[in-house]
Amino acid sequence: MRTIHIDSIIEAVEKLCMDSNYYLNDDIIKGLEKGFNAEESDNGKEILSKIIENAKIAKERSMAICQDTGMAVVFMDIGQDVHITGGSLTDAVNEGVRRGYEKGYLRKSVVRDPIDRINTKDNTPAVIHYNIIDGDKIKITVAPKGFGSENMSGLKMLTPSQGIEGVKSFIIETVEKAGPNPCPPIVVGVGIGGTMEKAAFLAKKALLRPIDIRNDVPYLKELEEEMLERINRLGIGPSGLGGRITALGVNIEVYPTHIAGLPVAVNINCHATRHSEIII
Amino acid sequence: MKHTIEAPLTEEKARELKAGDIVSINGIIYTARDAAHKRMVSLIQEGKPLPFDIRDQIIYYVGPCPAKPGDVIGSAGPTTSSRMDAYAPELIKLGLKGMIGKGLRNEAVIDAMKSCGAVYFGAIGGAGALIARSIVAEELIAFPDLGAEAIRRLTVKDFPAVVIIDSDGNNLYKTGREKFQIVTP
Repeated sequence: MRTIHIDSIIEAVEKLCMDSNYYLNDDIIKGLEKGFNAEESDNGKEILSKIIENAKIAKERSMAICQDTGMAVVFMDIGQDVHITGGSLTDAVNEGVRRGYEKGYLRKSVVRDPIDRINTKDNTPAVIHYNIIDGDKIKITVAPKGFGSENMSGLKMLTPSQGIEGVKSFIIETVEKAGPNPCPPIVVGVGIGGTMEKAAFLAKKALLRPIDIRNDVPYLKELEEEMLERINRLGIGPSGLGGRITALGVNIEVYPTHIAGLPVAVNINCHATRHSEIII
Repeated sequence: MKHTIEAPLTEEKARELKAGDIVSINGIIYTARDAAHKRMVSLIQEGKPLPFDIRDQIIYYVGPCPAKPGDVIGSAGPTTSSRMDAYAPELIKLGLKGMIGKGLRNEAVIDAMKSCGAVYFGAIGGAGALIARSIVAEELIAFPDLGAEAIRRLTVKDFPAVVIIDSDGNNLYKTGREKFQIVTP
């Protein structure tokens, strides 16, 4: 049994909140550059070059890529041979978020209740997903999620007879309806199968996979490629001003489901598909 | 066309701008998002004055990041405008001439823009660090309890934007997309 004190959790989460908001991952930078070269619209090219410049400024100046520094979504993969000491793990994660958003000059965007809407002023609580894995380590992933794109996401309980064509239509429909709102170019995370909440979780998790890595299941790899191509035929383009590059990537994850169901969740992210990880 | 425009904006100037025009904005603009709009519309309904004279002004839909020491403002890109659709027509009728944001607007907003001569500008979503460089002064003027959603008076220089919807109702989101959409049978 390995012992990990909550102080190292707090410290790690604090740093991950800042890093993820300041530094765009390499796969996205490469995707934007590739998109810039492929874009045929003048407006689209201009927007993509500004987004690339924005990422450079944010990195050099350690400032947020986007003012919507998101609700902190934290994935905790905890080895079953780890013993956590010093206090509550959930409190530790939230303390890390509190410190990271304060010290990092990040925007506090969380309200304590969806109806009374009073800001908690420290960006807590985080949305935390705990997962128990083998081993004696903890992997922490912080993925701040902006709501311009979150609001454009969708979930549908399809019937088995609707099959893969039903899934494709729902993905395209969701992206088309979102139009310019989620700050295209977007990254699309799709979860298929499981139960209602499992599909939504898979869609969120899909956004953690680098956009240049395809699903290793052959039919899903093909589906990801086909969806990206079809989304980019929609013409929405960077900032929605018209163009070829509406999406930088489509990542799809699946899970076994019930004989009667075919849940599909589409989680839309802007180009700032932010996530930083550490293994303790 | 490329335009340099001064804010506040007169109706005459607002009516000259056409969807697709690239603009560079100089002068004074005000920030407001959902919560500030809700309060402003409540003030109007109660017959009370707004925190600033809205005639000829431009409102920027933004909730910036806190400024680091020595900086004017943190990252400051646009938020989704449609959340302000419920409130915008009321403000346009009182003289608001410009809105800066991103994303779709509804018919009620576009109708008010047409009848009163107002313009909807798009700023680059997701380019908050870059846009912050064109904000040269910032002052919190109302609703400090709203934090990032408080109303701020911003002085901007060469603020980059595009006319998305003009006062005739032309919409770059529609025309821009039509040029690049590939319809497969």
